[in-house]
Amino acid sequence: MMEQVLAIFFQVALVLLLAPLVTGFNRAMKARVQTRRGPGLLQPYRDLYKLLRKGMVIPDTSSWIFSATPYVLFVTTLLASLLIPTISAHAPLSLFGGVLAVVYLLALGRFFLALGGLDAGSSFGGLGSSREMTIAAIAEPALMLAVFTVAIGAGSTNLSMVVQAAQGQSWRFLAPSQMLAFAALFIVLIAETGRIPVDNPATHLELTMIHEAMILEYSGPYLALIEWASAIKQLVLMTLLVNIFFPFGLSANWSSTAVLISLPLYILKLLLLSIVVVMVEVTNAKMRLFRVPELLTIAFVLGALALISTFIFQG
Amino acid sequence: MWPIRELYLAGLLLYALAALTGLAAHLRKIRATWVATLLCCAAMVAAAFEFSASAASLLVGAEFNWSLPSGMPFLHYGVRLDPLSAFFNLSLSLLAACVALYSVGYLKRGVTRNRPGLFCFFFNLHLLFLTLVFTASNTIFFFIAWELVVVTAYFLVVTDHESAESRQGGMLYILMSRGGTGLLFIGFLLLASAAGSMEFQAMHGSGAKLTPALGAAAFLSLFFGFGVKAGMIPLHIWLPAAHPVAPSNVSALMSGIVIKTGIYGMARVFFDFYGDLPVWAGLLVLLAGVVSALLGVLYALMEHDLKRLLAYHSIENIGIILMGFGSAVLFRSFGHPQLAALALVAGLFHTLNHGVFKCLLFLGAGSVVQGTGTRNMEQMGGLIRRMPWTALFFLVGAIAISGLPPFNGFVSEWFTYQSLLAGFGATPTLARIVFPIAGAMLALTAALAATCFVKAFGITFLALPRCNSAEHATEARFSMQAGMATLAVACAVLGLGATWFVPIFAPITQNAFGVQITPQLVSANGLLLTAGSVQNGSVSPLMLAVALVALGIVPLALWFLLGRKSTRVTGPSWDCGLPGLTAANEYTATAFSKPLRMIFGALFRPRREIQAQYDVSPYYPKAIHFESEIVPTFETHFYQPLLAGIQMLAARMRRIQTGSIHAYLAYIFVTLILLLLFGVRE
Repeated sequence: MMEQVLAIFFQVALVLLLAPLVTGFNRAMKARVQTRRGPGLLQPYRDLYKLLRKGMVIPDTSSWIFSATPYVLFVTTLLASLLIPTISAHAPLSLFGGVLAVVYLLALGRFFLALGGLDAGSSFGGLGSSREMTIAAIAEPALMLAVFTVAIGAGSTNLSMVVQAAQGQSWRFLAPSQMLAFAALFIVLIAETGRIPVDNPATHLELTMIHEAMILEYSGPYLALIEWASAIKQLVLMTLLVNIFFPFGLSANWSSTAVLISLPLYILKLLLLSIVVVMVEVTNAKMRLFRVPELLTIAFVLGALALISTFIFQG
Repeated sequence: MWPIRELYLAGLLLYALAALTGLAAHLRKIRATWVATLLCCAAMVAAAFEFSASAASLLVGAEFNWSLPSGMPFLHYGVRLDPLSAFFNLSLSLLAACVALYSVGYLKRGVTRNRPGLFCFFFNLHLLFLTLVFTASNTIFFFIAWELVVVTAYFLVVTDHESAESRQGGMLYILMSRGGTGLLFIGFLLLASAAGSMEFQAMHGSGAKLTPALGAAAFLSLFFGFGVKAGMIPLHIWLPAAHPVAPSNVSALMSGIVIKTGIYGMARVFFDFYGDLPVWAGLLVLLAGVVSALLGVLYALMEHDLKRLLAYHSIENIGIILMGFGSAVLFRSFGHPQLAALALVAGLFHTLNHGVFKCLLFLGAGSVVQGTGTRNMEQMGGLIRRMPWTALFFLVGAIAISGLPPFNGFVSEWFTYQSLLAGFGATPTLARIVFPIAGAMLALTAALAATCFVKAFGITFLALPRCNSAEHATEARFSMQAGMATLAVACAVLGLGATWFVPIFAPITQNAFGVQITPQLVSANGLLLTAGSVQNGSVSPLMLAVALVALGIVPLALWFLLGRKSTRVTGPSWDCGLPGLTAANEYTATAFSKPLRMIFGALFRPRREIQAQYDVSPYYPKAIHFESEIVPTFETHFYQPLLAGIQMLAARMRRIQTGSIHAYLAYIFVTLILLLLFGVRE
């Protein structure tokens, strides 16, 4: 019991602290590849600190939904992060909801975020909400197929169980079904975290933005919560990818020695995945909005192929 | 021992009494509002009786049978509360009580066209016959109740009989229902002849006594016959025509429970009359579910009529229920009663949940429509300030119907996912691939539903009012709020406390498959819901909700530590620096769903027309006319040719319709002789 409570606290702290670092690493890395100097690794922390202390303007056309949204988004995303294994194969709350709960908690946060975008009444907010919900909706089947492949392989939707099953077979990620599912989930990761070629996190160009358009009216502490939640969501999805498919170094419990070994490994895996994401980002141009469904259809087909190959290779 | 029979009969009697009182009031031209108030309260009490009878029957596990002879062969006025009937009657009476409570306030504003007595007559009769449909145990009695539900529903739909839209919606409803009943006759007669009895109890397992070909014919006619009532695609076209034009309390009842009579019929046929069904039957049901769910939500997205949008969502949710039923049929034919039970629980639980949140949403829409005088979302906006309570309840319904935690929609969709997932491992051939694909389509459906309800809630309730009547909308009356509040609480309780409610399905699955799956579905002292066992996956909506609240400490602490001194001022929306935000700048419902209209263009075939008028240069238009519509695929490509065919046939048949009564008498006589010659064998 005590260990569990400690695990919860530890994972909350870990996720809160690590999420901005991953964002910072992404940006620094991207700048480096583009031969820019770019901001430092710790810039996201400074941004959050600054935003939390700044004043904010609430649009006079908005309602309580606008104010509730940052809290709901932050809390749902944080809870989703407690359902997935990070450094230990036992996620603190994985009994209370498996991978389906993770997907739906993220969806709950997005639901409110889209409402928050509409609440201010500006056309940009509506535009962002509409696009965000659309892309999320068409990314969902691919996400689910990939998730199903993994869950069927492990015989469980509980992520701790999934990871433990994967740990039993270290080279499983070489199986075709796993590789295909990984590819599908990777595309979904790009789409869900709003990165090039789907969305550009750095843009404020009116006609191309998706996520940024939705949060245009937010400022100060609310914006900080939303930005932080986005970073956590990115961490959640990346953790899903690295720990489901490459469960190396996950400790079996929450002892301190285990943490010392598995934490660096976990961060290393995340950074490697980040590098891949950044490479995709710098070598691609942003797609037209109506080309995005094609990309997500590819993800869907990959997911379906993953399932079919599960069938073929498991008899 | 609970007086189940007494409670049940008291409920029926009270409905009948209330109906007759309404008729008397109407005939004596008593038009005061207290008539409606009194009779709605009576309906509420009657529903409470029915609720306790059904709940007691389910909890105690006591079936009761009761019948009156009719003096005619084959027909007994027999009623039976077996677990399946009790479950549906429970759902009905829960919703009926809330709708009746809502109606007390709702009917005060001229809904009944100054005929409160007549409205309440049909309203109570409707509830009475619905109860009988769910509990009748004799085929003919079932059909009598079934048809009277249609008739009373028709009169309720056309309450606003001066509007042509209502009349057309009602007419389409009654026509489609007639067609469905025709199919049902075929199926029921085949089964009854195999069983040698018209009693439901004797018809248990009678599907096996038919030859495979006849069994398939009976199955198909029953599936499509009940499918009409359930609003399954492609038999759905009456639903978005009839539900929106009815008064909103009637729409709530129709979408919440009347279409579930079709689901009840299917459950009765698939899992009671047929002991086993071939694989193709299960695949057909699953396919119908996937198609209905996906197309239902896609059409809903294109609607900006709030009530039509909700009506299309009923089609979507029927699809989700059918996914559960289809999987259950498949699992049974593959010899996995445990999984079949899990899938059936998923389908039935979603039936109850959909009833609750759809009722809530329609009641919310009713308040909005009454408050603003329009069903068109493009004219609403900002209602959250004028109608804060309605907005809150509608939001709860919207979250629940989108399948988001921690409300009830999430739980039943979770069960549906789990049964689809389990299907992959339990199916021998490549047919197993249909389960995950169906699961992916369910995911798409749920995500599109969330999109649709962001639109429905966001455009209706948030931002600036788009027209004068939205600006001056008035909040719903207290009893309307109370009705909605009860349903909103039910959404929360059925979600958070799902582990308490899942055991009520035990007797149903016991009867259908001989296994009580529910003890395995609940674990850790009622804290966790599982997919058969904790190893397969578990979820706890309650603990998720608790954790959500508890994690609220983090943002609060951040605010306390850092943001406490930050100022908070209210100002105009920034809007990328554009000054003077007006309602004309706001995103519209049509614009919101535009990306999906483009992406699914092959289905919608959107057509748009833009005409600009200008004086000097085309760059300075004086006025712009914009028109956009989508092609209703099923109506144009299936029903219009069908209608043309029927009309052609009717024109040919006109030749024998001479109008002479002698000729008609001769026809009847000849028919009778033929029937006696060929119909009566023994």
